[in-house]
Amino acid sequence: MKPNTQQLQDLTTQVRRDILRMVHAVNSGHPGGSLGCTEFLVALYQNLMERKEGFDMDGINEDVFFLSNGHISPVFYSVLAHSGYFPVKELATFRLLNSRLQGHPTTHEGLPGVRIASGSLGQGLSVALGAAQAKKLNNDSHLVYTLHGDGEMQEGQNWEAIMYASAKKVDNLIATIDLNGKQIDGTTDEVLAMGSLKAKFEAFDWDVLEIKEGNNIEAIIAGMTEAKSKTGKGKPVCVLLYTEMGNGVDFMMHTHAWHGKAPNDEQLANALSQNPETLGDY
Amino acid sequence: MKKYTNTGNKDTRSGFGAGLTELGQKNENVVALCADLIGSLKMDDFKKNHPERFFQIGIAEANMIGIAAGLTIGGKIPFTGTFANFSTGRVYDQIRQSVAYSDKNVKICASHAGLTLGEDGATHQILEDIGLMKMLPGMTVINTCDYNQTKAATIAIADHHGPVYLRFGRPSVANFTPENGEFIIGKAIMLNEGTDVTIVATGHLVWEALIAAEKLEERGISAEVINIHTIKPLDETTILNSVAKTGCIVTAEEHNILGGLGESVARTLVSNNPVPQEFVAVNDSFGESGTPAQLMEKYKLNNEAIVTAAIKAISRK
Repeated sequence: MKPNTQQLQDLTTQVRRDILRMVHAVNSGHPGGSLGCTEFLVALYQNLMERKEGFDMDGINEDVFFLSNGHISPVFYSVLAHSGYFPVKELATFRLLNSRLQGHPTTHEGLPGVRIASGSLGQGLSVALGAAQAKKLNNDSHLVYTLHGDGEMQEGQNWEAIMYASAKKVDNLIATIDLNGKQIDGTTDEVLAMGSLKAKFEAFDWDVLEIKEGNNIEAIIAGMTEAKSKTGKGKPVCVLLYTEMGNGVDFMMHTHAWHGKAPNDEQLANALSQNPETLGDY
Repeated sequence: MKKYTNTGNKDTRSGFGAGLTELGQKNENVVALCADLIGSLKMDDFKKNHPERFFQIGIAEANMIGIAAGLTIGGKIPFTGTFANFSTGRVYDQIRQSVAYSDKNVKICASHAGLTLGEDGATHQILEDIGLMKMLPGMTVINTCDYNQTKAATIAIADHHGPVYLRFGRPSVANFTPENGEFIIGKAIMLNEGTDVTIVATGHLVWEALIAAEKLEERGISAEVINIHTIKPLDETTILNSVAKTGCIVTAEEHNILGGLGESVARTLVSNNPVPQEFVAVNDSFGESGTPAQLMEKYKLNNEAIVTAAIKAISRK
């Protein structure tokens, strides 16, 4: 049975705490984008995706997900753990020596739930296209989901993949772009303005949907459900997810400062007080 | 000296195409991807016979490598095809992260390697690809010598789980290895036993090494000739056993002297049994336009260069 909205909210709050505590513990990592995508990944894994028990690399007869912007590994790891892929207590090993929870996600250490290494940006969409085409060859009607940063769209390989996806009618794919408008050096407009991603994806003949409230679980589920209904119709589907970097922690919002910076002890206490424990800390 | 017969010049890339055709018939998980070079890579038959398993990517090599990595998720065995330059240097980070580090079962098949691509010139003549690929952890690196061996290697790598770089070329060259011969990854092939000098060659230089050995024999020099088709993992045992007997070695390859077979052999020797080594390779330069034969002569990658190197190696014992 799928969790109800309150349960999803509780998990979201707990994942936020996990993210903050993980990056604080090792004084490194990327909390900003992680916090901004927490509602999305919780909704994806707990409500939207059809997943089998356990984990096998091939992911046949289930939906699969690829995180292209691998630096938001804290939220990915927390959601994977809470979705049963590995013990939640393993989150305490994030970025430590000999850990399966590397700074950026990898298959190399055999962490269940991860199907590709990511971190060097712009590669995830191509991988997802391959996995989507493998599903078609296997007569597997399940979907491939991806998540990308908006700054990541500056990588040229994406546009090779975007062109290919529509040309080859890869319509079992939903690519979501985290539109938080920020990257390491500033706003995306300051660094390298991309204009309208909606117009660009449409120009490449994708079906494009917008989720304006990208930090609202119900809005995400509604929007992604609509996105699912658009699959199988000859076009790849793009979701533009409007999020707030650092969402849920007031001093981390409305700035790019927390893209790749961990809170100190005082800041952690403040941030955690804004997100009271729900399911129990790891 | 053992005699080898050239059954007729053929290009190694056609061996790849023939191997891929055969694989298509016997292994339904094999899929092929090409970045707008179907004719050059001889992938036409596979495309015709298995259109559903063939992916024309367009001129987008980075996307091709990523798609290949993704196709493995779902149990496919992807063979990518383009020129060696676009198979390696252009897409190094994609191979590194999405294939090698992710341990994906992708076969990167690269034609037109080295100077023998000819008239197109240095933009297309990569001489650094063996080095780039052998540095990637877990990557198997193979450079075949003729049509028959390229066909056999193409078929063999489908049964090897893990990323493979298969390097071959454009020109027609002597076809002298057995038809449908066995190909064992990582196992060097002893072509001629000798006592005075070891010649270890890879790719197009293997045939030249055999001609060199004949010329050396005329001078009363007994050369051992070894075909190293697999540069990584290197068959160190065969090399060390040989130099234990001959006391010196020549390495021959259509590649930069830096980063290629020669350096792998040198590392093996200094760690085990340092003996004089001479390198037949491109001396840290780019190539240029010209016919393959002109280029191999100018850059000293032929049997005469191997003879000269062998005599020098012997003199240093």
